[in-house]
Amino acid sequence: MSKPLISVRGLTKVFGDFTAVDGIDFDVAKGESFGLLGPNGAGKSTTMRILAATSTRTSGTVEILDKDPEKFGPLVRAHLGIVPQEDNLDGELTVTENLYIYGRYFGLSKKFIKAKIEELLEFAQLEEKRDVKVQALSGGMKRRLTIARGLVSEPDILLLDEPTTGLDPQARHILWDRLFRLKEQGVTLVLTTHFMDEAEQLCDRLVVMDKGAIMAEGSPQGLIKEYSSKEVLEVRFGSDRNKEVAPQLAQMCERMETLPDRLLMYTEDGEKLLEQIAAAKMHPTTSLVRRSSLEDVFLRLTGRTLIE
Amino acid sequence: MNTGIDVVQIQRFGALYIAAARLRSMAKWKSIIAAVDIGNPLFYLIAVGVGIGVLVEKGSGTSGTSGIKYIAFIAPALLANSAIAAVMDETVFPTIEGFKWRKLFFAQNATPITGRQIALGVYLSALCRALFSVSIYYVLLLAFNVVDFGPSVLLIVVAVLGGAAFGAIILFAAAIIENHDQFFNILGRLVIMPMFLFSGTFFPLSSMPIYLQPIGWVSPLWHATELGREAAFDYGVSTLMVSVHIIFLSVLVVIGLLLSMRQFERRLAK
Repeated sequence: MSKPLISVRGLTKVFGDFTAVDGIDFDVAKGESFGLLGPNGAGKSTTMRILAATSTRTSGTVEILDKDPEKFGPLVRAHLGIVPQEDNLDGELTVTENLYIYGRYFGLSKKFIKAKIEELLEFAQLEEKRDVKVQALSGGMKRRLTIARGLVSEPDILLLDEPTTGLDPQARHILWDRLFRLKEQGVTLVLTTHFMDEAEQLCDRLVVMDKGAIMAEGSPQGLIKEYSSKEVLEVRFGSDRNKEVAPQLAQMCERMETLPDRLLMYTEDGEKLLEQIAAAKMHPTTSLVRRSSLEDVFLRLTGRTLIE
Repeated sequence: MNTGIDVVQIQRFGALYIAAARLRSMAKWKSIIAAVDIGNPLFYLIAVGVGIGVLVEKGSGTSGTSGIKYIAFIAPALLANSAIAAVMDETVFPTIEGFKWRKLFFAQNATPITGRQIALGVYLSALCRALFSVSIYYVLLLAFNVVDFGPSVLLIVVAVLGGAAFGAIILFAAAIIENHDQFFNILGRLVIMPMFLFSGTFFPLSSMPIYLQPIGWVSPLWHATELGREAAFDYGVSTLMVSVHIIFLSVLVVIGLLLSMRQFERRLAK
């Protein structure tokens, strides 16, 4: 196996008396799509800023393309494409101007950038908006432009911090489609997200983070297999009765989580379990059988839901 | 991998890329900038030339201004002040915007460009704007017959140097402040206004009580004004004082710029 593009060992970042990242290790291989999944405040963005060679670390080692980003910031950044959580496009400039000036920051020739802009406008589906000022674009368009901007230098690694946070469902799906294309082209992607569906769609492999530490690592399917059952039965008895019936239901399944509004019962066969409940003369007001997801993995690992 | 990226070249020219982007943004405001840079001098030249100037000369002739017409006496100060105003506009707003409002500096810093280069680029573009403002002012001075074309061209250089000295310090200040709400009030009312009034702008610094003169001594405006008067009219500033003025302004440029570059780098790395 070739050397990883990113190698992180014992990475720690402390702000005052708050430990944002607490000794994490991971590698990212070339062409891989790697995710950091966790709730807000898990230390994902802090980790990303260190990978982006714009923030310093407290301890541990980081190697990106065989170089320490803290010592060789500009050199490392020359090979990265950064898509920050908050759009920081220049709203007063047009779509093409934003791409152009960004390309210039990489010292790229005008000729190269001009040709690249055409390619990127097509990729971001912004051909018709090329001469529109960025402040007039929708949130989804701005995100796509930010991603296109990150690609102007043909980076080896694209870092995306919460790429679809704040977008409506349709805009998210368009964005996922674009990112999936990049993945197919072999671009190495590193992304953070607190959406489990996003992680399942886009990541080959991911780490689950909570409170600055890595709780688990693996492929989305592998993690689900390891930390959850095949199916989940969600039942609601009304907020008061949920607690009453919980002890009895817990006997009937492998594992159960009690959430404020519903009970999650982990089992290999949801329908069969539902029949058992009915046979015991217990009648939930609503019930739903579904496959296990990364949300269940996170719940199992931390006892909390991803989005609170 | 993109093989067209030459990091050495970016290390050399990065600040210029930033300055070019800043000038592009300024160009979006070109009508407003032109209106301000032409309108402002016009108001002063008319008000002082046909108003205050006539009054002053009626009272004491040109005895208080070393034999120079009153409007000509204050012209170097007006020029330097216009450079200061221009540099302030193009450092304070972009800096607060870059760190806070639109976070543009963070986007720039996500490329091989460093915080130091961003500071330098913003500064250089502000000096370009100052050069533009002062040049227009100078042309108007010629048109109004306030100065004769010749050595007085040096007024442009001196005014930009004054703006550069002030700008380097103000760039640092703008990069430090986290809470900008009070910054503009304090800057405008407690720094710019007294500096404008007490820097030998409208009357020689020596005609003020000695305890007020230190305001002028630390003010880039006074140093630039004195240099300008000497350059344009042989005002009688000693060679020693000419050196003092040049050194003082240059030291502010160097110190302010070094502090700004360090502060930009630190704040971006947080």
